[in-house]
Amino acid sequence: MSSTAAVAAHGAHAEHHELGFMRTYVFSTDHKMIARQFLFMALIMMAIGGLMAMLMRWELAFPETAVPGFHWMPEPYMYDGAIPPNTYNSMFTMHATIMIFFVVMPILVGCFGNFLIPLMIGARDMAYPILNMLSFWIGAVAGVIMTASFFVPGGPAAAGWTSYAPLSAVPIYTGVDWGQDLWCISIIILGVSSLMGAINYITTIINMRTKGMTFFRLPLVIWSLFITAILLLLALPVLTTALALLLFDRLGGTHFFLPSGGGEPLLWQHLFWFFGHPEVYIMILPGMGIASDIIAVFSRKPIFGYRAMAYAMIAIAGLSWIVWGHHMFQSGMDPALGTSFMLTTMVIGVPSAIKTFNWLGTLYKGNIHYTAPMMNALAFVSMFVIGGLSGIWMACTPVDMYIHDTYFIVAHIHYVLFGGSLFAVFGAVEYWFPKMFGRMMNETMGKIHFWITFVAFNCTFFPMHILGMGGHMRRIYNPLQYDFLKPLQGMNIFISISAFVLGAAQFIFLANIIWSLLKGEKATENPWQANTLEWTTPIHPGHGNWPGPVPVVYRGPYEYSSPEVAEDYLPQSRLIEHATAAAD
Amino acid sequence: MLEYLWFPHDISTFGPRVDFLFLLIFWIVMIVWIAVMVTMVIFMIRYRTKPGRKAEYIEGNSRLELVWTTVTAAILVMLAFMSRSTWADIKEHAPPGDVFYAVNAKQFNWEMTYPGPDGKLGTKDDLTLENEMHVPVHKVVRLDLTSKDVIHSFFVPNMRLKQDAVPGRVIPVWFEATETGQYEIPCAELCGFGHSGMKGNLTVQSEEDFNKWLQDQYAQSK
Ligand code: HEM
Ligand SMILES: [Cu+2]
Ligand SMILES: [Cu+2]
Repeated sequence: MSSTAAVAAHGAHAEHHELGFMRTYVFSTDHKMIARQFLFMALIMMAIGGLMAMLMRWELAFPETAVPGFHWMPEPYMYDGAIPPNTYNSMFTMHATIMIFFVVMPILVGCFGNFLIPLMIGARDMAYPILNMLSFWIGAVAGVIMTASFFVPGGPAAAGWTSYAPLSAVPIYTGVDWGQDLWCISIIILGVSSLMGAINYITTIINMRTKGMTFFRLPLVIWSLFITAILLLLALPVLTTALALLLFDRLGGTHFFLPSGGGEPLLWQHLFWFFGHPEVYIMILPGMGIASDIIAVFSRKPIFGYRAMAYAMIAIAGLSWIVWGHHMFQSGMDPALGTSFMLTTMVIGVPSAIKTFNWLGTLYKGNIHYTAPMMNALAFVSMFVIGGLSGIWMACTPVDMYIHDTYFIVAHIHYVLFGGSLFAVFGAVEYWFPKMFGRMMNETMGKIHFWITFVAFNCTFFPMHILGMGGHMRRIYNPLQYDFLKPLQGMNIFISISAFVLGAAQFIFLANIIWSLLKGEKATENPWQANTLEWTTPIHPGHGNWPGPVPVVYRGPYEYSSPEVAEDYLPQSRLIEHATAAAD
Repeated sequence: MLEYLWFPHDISTFGPRVDFLFLLIFWIVMIVWIAVMVTMVIFMIRYRTKPGRKAEYIEGNSRLELVWTTVTAAILVMLAFMSRSTWADIKEHAPPGDVFYAVNAKQFNWEMTYPGPDGKLGTKDDLTLENEMHVPVHKVVRLDLTSKDVIHSFFVPNMRLKQDAVPGRVIPVWFEATETGQYEIPCAELCGFGHSGMKGNLTVQSEEDFNKWLQDQYAQSK
């Protein structure tokens, strides 16, 4: 379908709408509504995942003591409020699974992918609106199944989010039966949902860009979502296959991963990480895109090295397929293979460094406005730097031998995923809130939330590097069982207290969202004076996004402080007479 | 130096090589991190918004980008090459052993089998103990590491040594202790509800003490 025909068809159906409640809010095919649905689903899941984190931190600080307020929990989940080992295993499994699959991915990809792609490329909707609706609802089903696994006999999965076989393949090894099956089924279903999304995003970005919107005039956040969608499309089938094989082993009597029948446990790891490493970039690339956009807007400057930024993301995506073995250095895989994976892993550090230097370059000689979104975006950069640098130790095979499976890894994970992805999410929510809901978010509350989160975050996760250097294993529920860890217990307590502050601070964010939804200052059309197309729509854009024709694009997305105009911004869709010859 | 960084005291011959690499990366990372953070903070303060100011319109600088790309790549690739030999010596070319053990991990114990006087594993005089491993100091100890059920990971923090034990594979591991004492062998790979607390004891002794211990064990097992 030609894009003009699509536009016409959409325009027509936008005229005589009058959709009912169900069609507007529940089974909506409008990408903006679907984005909001993803956002709220993820926020609810974040509360569950966060609660798990708090319980874990209680256990690690005060092992085998009752958690205050949890006496009512029935056995065998808890014994008079004290957490038994199996529950602890379930908790970190579900914490990580939920945070990765039901918080970070739905917000970054589901919510912002949906919201931003059509608005920023000048399209009326996604290429396949019904597929888009299905993608959300299938994802919601996956979420319900995952949550339901808390309530089945034996409790939820307890084999870690990596679900290494044979532990995950035979119920007696963990004592978990249905929980693990539901875990597999839920993620298979979620994979279907993500695939639908990925196909939709790729098709939309390739085919439905408005006139003048060449690839190198796309905002970097769209680049990042485009690359992410390609990664999803290629990585998820591998995971789905692995999960299907695991289910066969569990329920069908096969032995793909069980040596007792000629299977190979390392096959699971190879399949899992062949998906899992690209997955890590799926979670960080959109954050990089978001940070780039926000930093450019609030520095009032073009992104330093726009093309290099896009190429760096392409390089990261390409390299992400040949580094999976760095998760398996100590797995018994051939050590020579370890050496080659070390080399590829070191090389993937280069594009990440390029991006960091370019963000700094963007700040240089800027006119930096410290709004709440900007503070979160800058936190993204500095926390991502720490997460990236700590990765160098892990890439080094002999050093990894010592720190692998210790809290050093937990620190690294959180610097990248919380310090990285989640700060980008905070920034993105605050930055695009006016477009999503027609109201501004409260800046003061945003800044208070930022500062408490930033300080508590670092107090929580920075000392975990030191725990790891002390040899503190991850996934253990009682560090006091080891003599060599006893001197580190004070630090565990400090970390937990910081974590409680960090957890509590998130209520400020939640409160800010709710308050701003109801009482927030009414937004103007382009409150941040940004260049990109989403700010050319009305305050509450209807289905179809622009009431008139879609805007035409004349230039790149980052023409801030351009000498051509008096203002410090120059929207992509603004036609400057003398420049028309150069356009297109 | 590393003891100040909370590392457990090292007692293996290859530990110092691991620690050297850790420290090397530590210094590189520190320099880069401080440089990046200081630059960022300076920019953040100097270029904060002021009324009437306009940012400078800079789109990039290919020369600069080329420089930082090549420098970063050179450092990282150099690190990979420097790490190679240490890794190969620890995990690939095990020296001939003086003392042999078969280590069989299971939920949730380490089963340590010493070959007995005939020096061969799998014969009648083998001596099997749960969670107890004694080794003489300054001798190369070789382990044949495997697992009965799920994946476990043989971790001796004091030796910077870690190797997964995988069912269906026998993985060779070696170490040489440089100091006597008592050390812990946690399991570093999630292996079920008993994972936390799956802990072996490693006793490094003088050769005489080790032989005496062996004799006692044989006497007891008769
Ligand atoms: C208040 C915030 C958080 C706290 C206090 C927290 C705490 C923890 C702790 C204590 C563990 C280690 C469990 C163990 O090894 O025994 C852990 C693991 C993990 N967390 Fe978090 N977390 C938080 C937020 C997040 C977020 C936002 C994400 C992702 C976006 C995340 C992703 C993970 C992952 C992937 C693991 C690895 C689990 C494993 O070892 O299998 N966490 N977290
Ligand atoms: Cu174990
Ligand atoms: Cu274990």
